[in-house]
Amino acid sequence: MTGVASPLRILLVEDDAADAHLVRLAMAETRINATLEHVVDGREALEYLRRETDRFKEALRPDLILLDLNMPRLDGREFLVAVKADVALRAIPVVVLSTSDVERDVRGAYRLGAAGYVAKPLDVSEFIAEIRQLGEYWTSLVRLPERR
Amino acid sequence: MNQRLQTRRLLIVEDEPGDARLMQLAIVRNGFATEMSSAADGREAMRCLRREGARWAGAVHPDLILLDLKMPGQGGLEFLAAIKQDETLRAIPVVVVTTSLLEADVRRAYELGAAGYVQKPADLREFIATVRILGEYWFKLVRLPQNGE
Repeated sequence: MTGVASPLRILLVEDDAADAHLVRLAMAETRINATLEHVVDGREALEYLRRETDRFKEALRPDLILLDLNMPRLDGREFLVAVKADVALRAIPVVVLSTSDVERDVRGAYRLGAAGYVAKPLDVSEFIAEIRQLGEYWTSLVRLPERR
Repeated sequence: MNQRLQTRRLLIVEDEPGDARLMQLAIVRNGFATEMSSAADGREAMRCLRREGARWAGAVHPDLILLDLKMPGQGGLEFLAAIKQDETLRAIPVVVVTTSLLEADVRRAYELGAAGYVQKPADLREFIATVRILGEYWFKLVRLPQNGE
C-alpha cells in the first residue's frame, strides 16, 4: 500500500532513556518494517535533520518523527515550530509521544502541525501495543513523500 | 487501549456520494464516530466549519476531517491551506483520502499541514478496511483536541 518499500526511517526525539528503550523494544518485537534513530532533545534533532555536526554528517532523512514534548534545551513544542517553519523539513510528519494528557498540550501540538498525539500509558505492555499500532499505521496504510 | 468516552465528530469532504456513504458505513459499523457530517467540496466544508447559512447554523466543529483531493469547486489542497491558516480551525487534523498518488500531491499535502495521506482503494473491501484502520488510529490510539462546545 505504501510507496516506500525500504524500511520506514523513524527519528525518535526523547530525553528519557527508559522510554526510548521501550520504543525500540516495541519496534523490535513486532514485524514493523522500520529503522529507528534516537536523539535526546530538540536541538540534537535539528542538528541531525540538518546534518550540522560531524556526528550527524551521514544522517539519513527520516520519514517520520516521534517526538517527546518535555525535554531540556529545545523542547518538543519549539522543535515542532522549527521543523514546520523549515521548507526543507516541513513535509516530514511529526507524531507527539508524551506523558502529558493535558488538553492545552494536545491542542497546542496539533496547532503547531503534529500528525498525531499519543499519550504514553504507564503500563508497559500497553505502551508497547500503542507503539506497535502506531508503527503499523505509518508503515502499512499511510503514504509518505518520496525521499529525495 | 484507551477507549475514551467522548463525542467524536467526523467531517467527510468528498464529492462522490457513493464514496462518502461507504466511508460513513465503515465508520458507523466500527463505532468510531458518534457524529458525522459530509460536505461535497471545500467551499461547502468551509461553510460548515464557519457555520454559514441555514444548513450549517448548528454545525459543531469536527475532531477530524477526512478530505478528498479531486473535487469540483474548491479543490482539497486549497481547502487544506485555508484551514491551516485559520486560527480557530488549524488544530483540527486533516487526513487526505484520495485516489491520486501523484508525488506532487502527496508532498504538497504534507507541506500544507496534512496529518496523513491515504490512498482510497478501488476495491470495496479494501476501502472499508482502510477506513477501519484510519478509525482505529484516530479515534482509539491517538488523542484528539476537544473541539466540542
